[in-house]
Amino acid sequence: MEFNLNKVDSVIDKHPAKRDALISILQDIQSEYNWLPREAIIEVSKKLNIPLIDVYGVATFFSQFSLKPRGKHIITVCLGTACHVRGGPRILDEFSRRLNIKAGETTEDMQFTLETVNCLGCCAIGPVVVIDGEYYGGMTSRKIDSLLAKHTKVDSNQ
Amino acid sequence: MNKIKNIDELGKIKTEIIKNLSPETPCIIISCGTCGQARGALKIVEAFRDAIKKLETIQELPIQLRITGCHGFCEVEPNIIIEPEGIFYVKLKPEDAEIIIKETIINKKIIDRLLYVDPVTGKKIAYKKDIPFYKYQNQLISGNNSLIDPTKIDDYIAIDGYKGLAKVLTDMSPEDVISEGKKSGLRGRGGAGFPTGLKWEICRASKGETKYVICNADEGDPGAYMDRSLLEGNPHSIIEGIIIGAYAIGAKEGIVYARNEYPLAVKNVGIAIEKAREYGFLGKNIFGTDFSFDIKIVKGAGAFVCGEETALIASIEGKRGEPQQRPPFPAQKGLWGKPTNINNVETWANVPVIINKGADLYSKIGIGRSKGTKIFSLVGKINNTGLVEVPMGIPLREIVYDIGGGIPKGKKFKAVQTGGPSGGCIPAELLDLPVDYDKLTEVGSIMGSGGMIVMDENTCMVDIAKYFLNFLRDESCGKCLSCREGLDRMYEILNDITEGHGTMEQLNLLEELAPVVKEASMCGLGQTASNPVLSTLRYFRDEYEAHIKSKKCPAGVCKALIEYSIDPEKCTGCTACVKACPQEAIIGEKKKPHKINQNECIKCGACKDICKFDAIKVE
Repeated sequence: MEFNLNKVDSVIDKHPAKRDALISILQDIQSEYNWLPREAIIEVSKKLNIPLIDVYGVATFFSQFSLKPRGKHIITVCLGTACHVRGGPRILDEFSRRLNIKAGETTEDMQFTLETVNCLGCCAIGPVVVIDGEYYGGMTSRKIDSLLAKHTKVDSNQ
Repeated sequence: MNKIKNIDELGKIKTEIIKNLSPETPCIIISCGTCGQARGALKIVEAFRDAIKKLETIQELPIQLRITGCHGFCEVEPNIIIEPEGIFYVKLKPEDAEIIIKETIINKKIIDRLLYVDPVTGKKIAYKKDIPFYKYQNQLISGNNSLIDPTKIDDYIAIDGYKGLAKVLTDMSPEDVISEGKKSGLRGRGGAGFPTGLKWEICRASKGETKYVICNADEGDPGAYMDRSLLEGNPHSIIEGIIIGAYAIGAKEGIVYARNEYPLAVKNVGIAIEKAREYGFLGKNIFGTDFSFDIKIVKGAGAFVCGEETALIASIEGKRGEPQQRPPFPAQKGLWGKPTNINNVETWANVPVIINKGADLYSKIGIGRSKGTKIFSLVGKINNTGLVEVPMGIPLREIVYDIGGGIPKGKKFKAVQTGGPSGGCIPAELLDLPVDYDKLTEVGSIMGSGGMIVMDENTCMVDIAKYFLNFLRDESCGKCLSCREGLDRMYEILNDITEGHGTMEQLNLLEELAPVVKEASMCGLGQTASNPVLSTLRYFRDEYEAHIKSKKCPAGVCKALIEYSIDPEKCTGCTACVKACPQEAIIGEKKKPHKINQNECIKCGACKDICKFDAIKVE
């Protein structure tokens, strides 16, 4: 999505211009752009009158925020303890190998971002992977190809 | 809706709601927590709606549908309960909906193929009350999840919701409430187990006009999700608890600090707060008294350390979630420098139960200094994965075997990990341990928030210790050197061991570092971070030594120390593994035993996943 300063301003204006609104504002900006563009962080700092270093500090502290653009499809591999003992790391390795990126990275064509999460709390169906908000339980390495194909296909149908 | 002004009005509304319910009308209760939804529960709901619409054209069908939160039995989602009989159907598909209405509701027949099969006896069980998973529990707190639609406040009022609050505001002084809390013996369910009544008393005694109460819903322990289930399935019980606590302490504002990874929980709590306001349980002059109080939700942004009280407060204030030195404790100087009381979700949910039941009756449940029930999430290598609520003091064996149904595929039980990253691993020889705060601490673990991860012979204990250290070094806020650097060094040692170049000297260094990190770190994260290492070293030292001395991973987990091979006796030459192998590392003719080319094998496990004959060996 094109960066638009007015849009960022309208997100900020929905909140009180106070320090305790900072995290909610960053969350809203991220849900708009899928990441936190540099210009948006600077704008938040100006409008809330909080030093840039503090805004940056918060944006880098919490794992929810991304300071790099993320892909069209977000793949989240759960690495909670239950998923770990059921083979979650192997699933992550396989996604990583097939997409040729490490966890936290995005493919060159900006299609897929590979992320991990520390627990989604649906341990019964572990190992769990979430792609674009859809949950896939009982993951095995051989389901990966069809899942990637499925989510790429959704695009071509659109 | 007019605001409810007193206890009589609440009673009248309850009578009105109950009058409109007809207990004889068949009710299909569909478990729709996040777990259930991930397994397609919402599609089941749609299918039932469609089927009812379709069949209604033929005959009159007084059927109720109740969309509820999680019933705890995640293993067999999507599942339904059919009332009034209490029939339990599991692992449903959308096409089953119409058949269930025709067969079970209209023709009163039980459908055999949809019944739960007991993994121990192999027998099918028709009624929820007879299933061992439920039979041996005491669902004091979590049981209400199946009785209410969390988006409907009337459902909660029908089961005596907000009656405790009415009683507190009309009949009890704040001191009475605190004394009741103390008498109940309730201790914090979030981890440390601090006595709740005492915590309230300290905060009440703190000087200051403005005070805050916070509900810690930042459930970050991997493998623990009881709070999520309560937030999703019975949010009003938590809200009622918070209001009662706020009255006891003298707070006018409350905050639910919820984990961002739990969207459904945030949504349901939001709806519940709105409804409670509409009915006058939140806002000005609650139940016509002088007491005014309101709650807002603040969403976390993904930081495990924010479960720690002072870090949580910093995060609400819009700062990095770094813990502060204590004292001053939050009860003295918390949010915005004002006295603040923080309790976790499950603790708050216990409060209305204590008020309704009375502290004396409540404290009869449990053992010693651990009163009431505790909800555990029983996960990992266990047959009946799910949320399990039991009285404190129950032996671990009963949880794992009677309720949990034992270990899948006939494997051997190795350990159970409790307390999340701050906890420890309890070995098989301690299976008869009564589960309470003090006993768990004695054996080197903790109660924590109630995660219980079962491990079998294929779980490597060194790998588990490494897993937790990796988790903790990633989540360490970096403020204390001992935690920031200490955990990194400990992780490096464990990594060396799992990669086959660890030494016995390193093991000594590990044991030397662990207490330093514990002693020199400021907050609970660092102070308990060594527990997973210390407890695995205490009970599974032989596994560490096997990795170091024989360069073997006995459980077959650590990639650098294992090899995949094919058992020629079992291999039928079906070629399934050949197709599955991403490296083309498997060779052999059709219908003849295959072989793995070790130079090409990347140990991804794809062959083992696909083999139907158990012919892939990992050694």
